[in-house]
Amino acid sequence: MSNLQNTLLQARRFRWWEPVLWLLAFAAPLALPSHALIINEIAIVALFAISLDLILGYTGIVSLGHAAFFGLGGYAAALFAKHVMPDPLVGLAVGIGAATMLGAVASLTIMRGTDLTRLMVTLGVGLVMLELANKLDWLTGGADGLQGVMMGPVLGQFEFDLYGRTAAWYSLTVLLVFFLIARRIVQSPFGATLKAIRDNRLRAMAIGIPVTAKLAQVYTLAAALAGAAGALLTQTTGFASLDLFEFHRSADVMLILVIGGVGWLYGGILGAIGFKLLQDVISSITPQYWTFWVGLFLVVLVLVGRDRLFRPWTWFGAGRKAGAASKAGGH
Amino acid sequence: MLTILFDGVAYGMLLFILAVGLAVTMGLMNFINLAHGAFAMAGGYITVLLMQRLDVPFLVCLPIAFVGTAVLGGVLERTLYRPLYHKAHLDQVLFSIGLVFMAVASVDYFVGSTQQIMQLPEWLKGRTEIGTGALMLGMGHYRLFIIAVCAALTVGLQYVLTKTRFGSRLRASVDDQRVAAGMGINVNIVFLSTFAFGSGLAGLGGALGAEVLGLDPSFPLKFMIYFLIVVAVGGTSSITGPLLAALLLGIADVAGKYYIPKLGAFIVYSLMILILIWRPQGLFVRKGGK
Amino acid sequence: MNTTTSTTVLSAKGLVKRFGGITATNNVTLNLQKGARHALIGPNGAGKTTLINLLTGVLEPTEGSITLEGQDITRLAPHQRVQRGMVRTFQINQLFDTLTPLETLALTVSQHQGLGGKWWQPLGARKAVTERCEQLLEQFHLTSVMAEETRVLAYGKRRLLEIAIALACEPRVLLLDEPVAGVPAGEREELLQTVAALPADVSVLLIEHDMDLVFSFANRMTVLVNGTVLTEGDPDTIANDPQVKAVYLGHGEDAHV
Repeated sequence: MSNLQNTLLQARRFRWWEPVLWLLAFAAPLALPSHALIINEIAIVALFAISLDLILGYTGIVSLGHAAFFGLGGYAAALFAKHVMPDPLVGLAVGIGAATMLGAVASLTIMRGTDLTRLMVTLGVGLVMLELANKLDWLTGGADGLQGVMMGPVLGQFEFDLYGRTAAWYSLTVLLVFFLIARRIVQSPFGATLKAIRDNRLRAMAIGIPVTAKLAQVYTLAAALAGAAGALLTQTTGFASLDLFEFHRSADVMLILVIGGVGWLYGGILGAIGFKLLQDVISSITPQYWTFWVGLFLVVLVLVGRDRLFRPWTWFGAGRKAGAASKAGGH
Repeated sequence: MLTILFDGVAYGMLLFILAVGLAVTMGLMNFINLAHGAFAMAGGYITVLLMQRLDVPFLVCLPIAFVGTAVLGGVLERTLYRPLYHKAHLDQVLFSIGLVFMAVASVDYFVGSTQQIMQLPEWLKGRTEIGTGALMLGMGHYRLFIIAVCAALTVGLQYVLTKTRFGSRLRASVDDQRVAAGMGINVNIVFLSTFAFGSGLAGLGGALGAEVLGLDPSFPLKFMIYFLIVVAVGGTSSITGPLLAALLLGIADVAGKYYIPKLGAFIVYSLMILILIWRPQGLFVRKGGK
Repeated sequence: MNTTTSTTVLSAKGLVKRFGGITATNNVTLNLQKGARHALIGPNGAGKTTLINLLTGVLEPTEGSITLEGQDITRLAPHQRVQRGMVRTFQINQLFDTLTPLETLALTVSQHQGLGGKWWQPLGARKAVTERCEQLLEQFHLTSVMAEETRVLAYGKRRLLEIAIALACEPRVLLLDEPVAGVPAGEREELLQTVAALPADVSVLLIEHDMDLVFSFANRMTVLVNGTVLTEGDPDTIANDPQVKAVYLGHGEDAHV
C-alpha cells in the first residue's frame, strides 16, 4: 500500500481508546445498576446529537428544528406499540421510517437561501410538528401525552426490566450500530463531498458535486437517525409527550454538539455524556434555573471562542497537522 | 369581518414596531440576534412593575420603557455583541439563544412565572362600534391607540431614514460597510445607536403589547418566530418590507385563529415555510438589494 | 474567424447579461476550438469573469446560448456542465479550508470517477484514486504539504492546489481565470507550462493580464472591452491591431495592465 493511501486510510482506523470506551459503556449498566436510566438517556441523546452533527458539523446546515424528526420518530414508535404490536425492533423501524419520510419532504426547505432562511424554515418545521401534535390530540394525547406504551421483549427474549438495564443495553446497541454506519459514511467519498459542500459550496458545484441532491440525502439520513433516537426514548420510557417536539430539544442537542465538538462523531457522544451529567448535577442544586446556567454557558462559550475551549481531537493526535483554529475532526 | 381586519392591523402594527429593530440590525450587522424578544420582554416588565409597584401612570411608562431598553441595548451592544459581529452564524445563534435563556430564567427568578396583568387607564378601555350586522367595525380603544402610536412611529422612522443625515449614514452602512467607513462614517456609532434604538422600539412594543399579547417569562421564546418571520419575509433592506410582512402576518394570524381555530398558528408557520422556499430572499426585497 | 467549425468544442452565441440597468455582457460570441490555447484579454471591468460565470452556469444569461461539444448546455446547472467536461478555476482561490490537499484531490478524483455517492468504502480505498492523486500532487509540487490543512498553506501552494483541483476533474474544456495572480514571477512560467503541456485534446480558455505570458501561451486571442468583443484573431494580428493598442493606451502591447 502506498504511503499516500496510508495517509488517507489512517483516519479510518480505530484508535486504541475506542473499543475501551464502548466496552465501558456496555459494562456500565451492569456495574452501576442504579444509573441504568441515565445511561439509557445518554445513549439516546448521543444518537440524536450524532444525527444533528451529520448536517451541522459535516455539511454546515444550521438547524433549529431537528426535534421535528426526533418527535415524529418517538410518536410513531409509541403509537405503533400501542395500537399495532409491541415488538421494539419493528417499532424502531416504524419510527425511523416515519422520520425518514418527513426528512425527505423537509429537505426541500433547506436547499436554497441563507443561513437565516434555513434557521427560519427549520424552526418553522419544528413548530409545525409541535402544533400538529398538539392539535391532533385524539391521536397523540395532546398536552397530556401518550401514556401506557407497553413494550414487548427485545428480539422476543429480553424483557424490559424495572431497573432499566435492558433499556440501556437496547439503546446502547442501537447507538453503536448507527455510530458505525455514520462512521463509514463520513469517511467515505460521500462524506468527503459533504465536507466540501460545508467548506465551499461554490467550489463543490464547480467540481461536479450535485449539491442539492446531496443536501437532500444527508438531511433525510439525519432525520432517520433522529427518528431512531426519538423512538428509543418513547419505547424505553413508555411515554410520549409534546416535549419531544419542544424548541429546547433542538437547542439542547446543538449545545451538546458544541460542548463535545462539531464535525467529530465522538463529539456527539462525549457532549451527551457531559451535558447529561452536568444537567443531573446542576438540577439537584437549582432545579428550576438550569436554563439560566445553560444560557450563561453558551454566552461565555461563544465569547471565549468555541475553538479555544474545546479541541478534543487534537488531544488524541490523529496524525495530521491541524491548523490553529481548526474545527474539522479526524473521522 | 371588518373587526377582524381591524384587530389584525393592530396586531400587525404592533409586530412591526417589535420587529423593525431586528430587521434593521440584521441588515446592518448581518447578525442573527434571536434575543431580540428579550428586549421586548424587558420593556413590558419595566412598564408593568412601574405601574404596579410605583403607581406610575401608563403613558409615562411608555417612554421610560423605550429609554430603559434602549440603554440596555446600547450597553449590551458595546460589551457583548460587538466582538461577535464577524463570527459564524452558528456562534451568533448560540450566543443569542444563551442570552434568551438567561433573560427568561432571570425574569422567572425575580418576578415569577405568572402572567402579568396590565391595568389600562380608564380612557383606553372600552370600544366603539360603527355600522351594524356583518359589516360592523368594532374598534377597541386600546387597539386604536396602538395603531395610532405605531403609525406615528412608522412615519417618524421613515422620516429619519430618508430625510436626516443619520438616516443616510445608516443606509450607507447597510449597503456597504467598508465603503461607508471609507467615507468617514463612524460605523461603530451607527451600529451602537441603531442597535440601541431598535432595542428601545422593541421595549416600547413590549410595553404596548403586554395587554394584547400577554406577558410572562416565556415571551421571547413564544414570539421569536413571529419576529423572525417579519424579518425573513419582509427582507432587511427597507422598512416598508417588514411593515407589509408584519401587517400580513398580523391579519393572517388573527383571521386564522378566528375562522379556523383548530389550525390556528399552523397556518402561519406553513405559509412562512412555503414563502421562504419560493422566495428565499424574502417577499419584499428591492431588486438588487441584499 | 468567428464561425463554428467541426472542431469547435465550446461555443457561446449572442450572450447577453443584464443586471438591472447595467449590461455586463453585450452580445458576446466566442468559439473555442479543440486543443486551443485561447486567451481572453481586456481591461479591468471588461466582463471577463462574468463571461466565465455565464459559461459555467453560475450566472444565467439574459439572452443567448451556449453549446458544449455540440450539445446545448444553456439551461444546465453548473455541476452538470462539469460532469460534461467543462471545468474552471477561480481568480480568488476557492478551496476547502479544513481539508488537506490530499483529501481535496481524492474527493475530486473520486467524484470524477463516479464514486461520489459511495458511502461504505473509505475515501482512500481505490488505487485508481490514490494513484491519480499522487500524480497530481507531484505535478503541482504539493507532495510535501499533502497532509496539512489547506487553510495553513502558503499562498503559492494554495494557488497551485486551485489549479490542481481543476485538473483532477479531467477537463476537456478548461477555463482559467487569472491563474498566476499573486504567484511569484519565477513560478509563473512553470505554472503556465504545466497548463500548456496538457494533452492536445484539452481546450483551454485563459484570462490573464500578464501580456508576456499571454503571448507566449496563446495561439488565439479574444479582446473584450466593456462586455463586448472588440476583436479576435491570432496573437500577431492582435498585437498590431491599432484598436487594441488604443484600448491599452499608453501602456504598449506587452505591458502589465
